[in-house]
Amino acid sequence: MNIVVLAKLIPDLVEELEIDDSGTALDMTWLRLIINELDDHAIEEAILLKERTGANVTVLAPDIEGVDDILFTAAAKGAERLIKIVGDYESGVNNHALARVLTPVMKDLQPDLILVGVEAHEDLDGSIGPLLAGYLDLPFIGYVASIELEDGKATATKEYPGGLSVEMEVTLPVVLGIQVAEEPPRYVAVSKVRQAMKTAEIEELEAGDFDLAGGPTIDRMYQPEVSEGATIIDGSLDDIADSLIGIFKELGVQ
Amino acid sequence: MNKDILVVIEHIRGEVADISYMMIAAARQLAETTEGEVLAVLMGSGIENLAGNLAADKVIYLEDPQLANFTSDTYQQSLENLIRENNPRAVVLGHTSIGMEVASLLSAKSDLPLVSSCLSFSGENGSVKFTSQLYGGKILAEGLIPEPIALLTMVPGGYKPEDGQSSTPPLVITAAAPQFADLEISVKQYIEPETGDVDITSEPLLIAVGRGIQLEDNIEIAEELAEAIGGVVCASRPVVDQGWLPTSRLVGKSGYQVKPKVYLTLGISGAPEHTEGIAGSETIIAINTDPAAPIFNIAKYGVVEDIFDLVPVLTEKLEES
Repeated sequence: MNIVVLAKLIPDLVEELEIDDSGTALDMTWLRLIINELDDHAIEEAILLKERTGANVTVLAPDIEGVDDILFTAAAKGAERLIKIVGDYESGVNNHALARVLTPVMKDLQPDLILVGVEAHEDLDGSIGPLLAGYLDLPFIGYVASIELEDGKATATKEYPGGLSVEMEVTLPVVLGIQVAEEPPRYVAVSKVRQAMKTAEIEELEAGDFDLAGGPTIDRMYQPEVSEGATIIDGSLDDIADSLIGIFKELGVQ
Repeated sequence: MNKDILVVIEHIRGEVADISYMMIAAARQLAETTEGEVLAVLMGSGIENLAGNLAADKVIYLEDPQLANFTSDTYQQSLENLIRENNPRAVVLGHTSIGMEVASLLSAKSDLPLVSSCLSFSGENGSVKFTSQLYGGKILAEGLIPEPIALLTMVPGGYKPEDGQSSTPPLVITAAAPQFADLEISVKQYIEPETGDVDITSEPLLIAVGRGIQLEDNIEIAEELAEAIGGVVCASRPVVDQGWLPTSRLVGKSGYQVKPKVYLTLGISGAPEHTEGIAGSETIIAINTDPAAPIFNIAKYGVVEDIFDLVPVLTEKLEES
């Protein structure tokens, strides 16, 4: 059983986002990138499946600054094989382009299961999982919260709104978009990541040219204006607490 | 020149999702620019009645037992067929657990361009501009909808569901689904929501914790406040994903839609996935250290403070009074 997980680095939303001089893209100069949280859940789900079934786990990621850290962290958690896709990401790469580049890579790796975070907050041209499934001619199930593997099939639990879920059975190979792993992503000690840096090897594959067709062109990017906005309550902590209690009373909840 | 707008109606277990009506409202506006018609696509088995209040010019109803439950492959194959037959200017789907995967699969398989997370559209001289919501609602992106056929996924916020509803039933054309090929996915069973200790959808005062709560142990400060004021603690996705609170307390796109009198947020930034679930709140009060947090755009009252400083003071005062 081969599981390939696709992980991406994306801007950390805790940081302030700024638009660059072109007015059509984020200013990446000081931007801190972190692993897409849902990809982190996909890695965790793969490791959980490995522990249950003895599967091999490969983690694949575009070669963007910080990628070595996320790959070595995955190795410290139990991933056997690490691959980064080297290419010119500077001029902006969309999910269609990335999915096209990954299609022959996946064909070579012959995974039974491809796991990826179901979405990323920077997706403007759809999400990478179903795009990849489309190019590979594989089935796709998204918003997955648990996976069982048996006899060449996977049973995936897909989440719908309102706490409703549905169990779907699918023939392998399949691409699954992960919403949440069955357990929260495990913590690994820095010392274990350091150890992985010494022992694990990151393979490099060339992306070649990126074909962005299928995604829109952005003419303008901007921060939404605060339309009306909230009435801001300020003052000392005591004053604020008193004001809030006053509001609670007025609204009839206190 | 393609003119019509196809809208893929989303429904789960006999209920049309609100996003479907918002998409029809958006499609009405698009169709005005393109001078075409709004064609709603309803796929299922024995659900023709769901077409009744759709404000579409026509409803194409694909009736097939294999469409009784959503799977991405039957939807993708049906739509591929309908797009070929109807040559629409755009196909509108929800940016949801149904629409998003169908749109991306279609884009790859039929080689059609896709714009996702569309919040609103505006038209001029026949061309249509999209505004999409990115980076957790912190950034908007604009551009022109690709020609000749574009796939669009929509997030809520730009259109009202009422504007996609009509009291006059639309014309319904029942059609057969295509011959499905190589179906790999089958639905085994639905799993009902966990019944928790409380029903957050009927609580008048909710105290919501988000990523800003930082640690499981810190949830206690929200619990203490809830106890002092008589409210119930709920959460955004990251808190539930960590296992700190059960799914029965999850508010947002993948959780519950709530409608309390007061929704008090502690350290919630206001990403669209969360705010989708709180639109029905009468009053939102937000506490967050980041003055630029999108939650302040929808809150009536805001406090830019550290919850760990303010909440204990608030709790103590409430306990005294």
